[in-house]
Amino acid sequence: MVEHRRFGNWLPHLILLTGVAIVAFPVYLAVIASTHDNAVIANGQMPLYPGTHGLETYWNTIVAGTGKTTRQPVGGMMLNSLIMALGIAAGKIAISIISAYAIVFFAFPFRMTAFWTIFITLMLPVEVRIFPTYKITSDLHMLDSYAGLILPLIASATATLLFRQFFMTVPKELVEASKIDGAGPIRFFFDTLLPLSVTNIAALFVILFIYGWNQYLWPLLITTRDDMQTIVIGIKKIIDVHDALTEWQVAMATAVLAMLPPVAVVVLMQRLFVKGLIETEK
Amino acid sequence: MASVTLRNVQKTYPGGFLAIKGIDFAVGDGQFCVLVGPSGCGKSTLLRMVAGLETITGGEIDIGGRIVNQIEPAERDIAMVFQNYALYPHMSVYNNMAYGLRNRRMAEPEIKTRVEEAARILELGAMLTRKPGQLSGGQRQRVAMGRAIVRQPKVFLFDEPLSNLDAKLRIAMRVEIRKLQRRLKTTSIYVTHDQLEAMTLADILVVMNGGQVEQIGNPLDIYQKPATTFVASFIGAPPMNLLPIKPDELTSQLAGNLPVEAGILGVRPEDLVVSSEATSGIAFDLTVEAIERVGAETYIYGTRQRGAQSIAANPGETPPGEVIVRIPGAVAPDIGEKIRAVASREKLHLFSADGRQRIGP
Repeated sequence: MVEHRRFGNWLPHLILLTGVAIVAFPVYLAVIASTHDNAVIANGQMPLYPGTHGLETYWNTIVAGTGKTTRQPVGGMMLNSLIMALGIAAGKIAISIISAYAIVFFAFPFRMTAFWTIFITLMLPVEVRIFPTYKITSDLHMLDSYAGLILPLIASATATLLFRQFFMTVPKELVEASKIDGAGPIRFFFDTLLPLSVTNIAALFVILFIYGWNQYLWPLLITTRDDMQTIVIGIKKIIDVHDALTEWQVAMATAVLAMLPPVAVVVLMQRLFVKGLIETEK
Repeated sequence: MASVTLRNVQKTYPGGFLAIKGIDFAVGDGQFCVLVGPSGCGKSTLLRMVAGLETITGGEIDIGGRIVNQIEPAERDIAMVFQNYALYPHMSVYNNMAYGLRNRRMAEPEIKTRVEEAARILELGAMLTRKPGQLSGGQRQRVAMGRAIVRQPKVFLFDEPLSNLDAKLRIAMRVEIRKLQRRLKTTSIYVTHDQLEAMTLADILVVMNGGQVEQIGNPLDIYQKPATTFVASFIGAPPMNLLPIKPDELTSQLAGNLPVEAGILGVRPEDLVVSSEATSGIAFDLTVEAIERVGAETYIYGTRQRGAQSIAANPGETPPGEVIVRIPGAVAPDIGEKIRAVASREKLHLFSADGRQRIGP
């Protein structure tokens, strides 16, 4: 393709670089702040180059906790967040792939009703149904537990919809060939459909892991014990201290740590992620 | 090895649409049966009913002496080759062929023997570890065949298996399929819309139209004595020339001992000869409209000149249209030239006026 641009390539690049700077600068600032002493940050004249207290701050944040306050070490919070995010991602994928399988490949009465019922739950995120959900979770004695953190969040209309769209592109001859080859519905699901869905599952996993990791309101509501806190709530608690100076370097370190797992997931699964969202040839 | 018998088989869709209107035919043990017809004639539906992928709403299908109406596809002992091959994209060629055997809990050494034998026959030996995505169309087609062969079923079912291949490969695969079937002697039912495939492959040809059988028989018999005008025009390329005629023309020119009634006269393009001599049959005076040279032979498309022909078209009626003449070689008249095409009496076909019945010769 021949393109003739009056300004060459530098103008688009300038715009892109400005955008990158706007997004990246706060992150850079958080990383820098986590390496300085609290006094340096608190006097409002924090330099833009790294300080010398990095290792000490991260050790204090992840493992030690802080003696003066009741703050828990962030290591435990990260584990809680990880379990919750993995549980939500895995649960959502498992449930939605099965429901999409039923909706696409089986003819049963009220099939479309079932589909639309799942579909309209898009209008009912946790925030909307928070009181009834809390009541049920509480009645089932699941407060302050991983089950309580995960189970109310594992139904997903979006994922069901995505799998449905993908399944509808699977040629019906493939289903018929399986039938002739003597594979029943469960065999077909595990032997053919699941391997074909791997890229879709990976793409969804990335989205859902981040969704789970970033949950704030629900964990805030149902966890009261300190050892059940997630890291996203941890950040807030570190900033809100009473009768003491906020440990900004710890807060920043916690924020950086909270960012790492989602970033790692995106980076590691990037290729599968893109493939899963754009691939059309089956 | 088994024969397949269809007795008054019908298919009514839930909406009440009658797709298959009662079909009877039998395919003997080891025979190659081809179902041919235009799109939407029900031939694929019929094949899928034999496979068990569509329910049978009337009549019965018998495979090897067993009524299979209520039997699941996997239990019918059939293997099917699909138009788009329907290979499992995530499995290697070997696993694609082995999958059906594993589901039947066959021992792994036996599977290996069978797959390797099929790979040898189909020349797929070097490709057993590849995925279908890495194969060409023709190779995928062979894997699909291999998947059918390893099962050693009673019946092979082919649903337009060559339609996705390019013209040259299609001819090569057509010959391969025929050789393979002769060698394995497995009863086969093959669906196609391509009359050339139908003619070359079939032991028994079933010509279908509108959910009904138009004619069943040996391909050459069907070609030489089509039972209806539909069969006459569908089998053979270029198609048979069909011309409406009046009874008095018949009696004067041709009749002899033919029944005297209005009808449709048919004559194949290759039975017409460009000649100025009079014959005992029929002669058309044509103006050449178009010429198609395909190398070994030439097709002349001519229109009849009203009034100057042996058998006149009925004035005011539907124009009889073109007459196609097929001549050997590449030497042909010029466009616009007037020629006379003649055919001898024994080469003529006569149908009833509605085209549903052959009345002679």
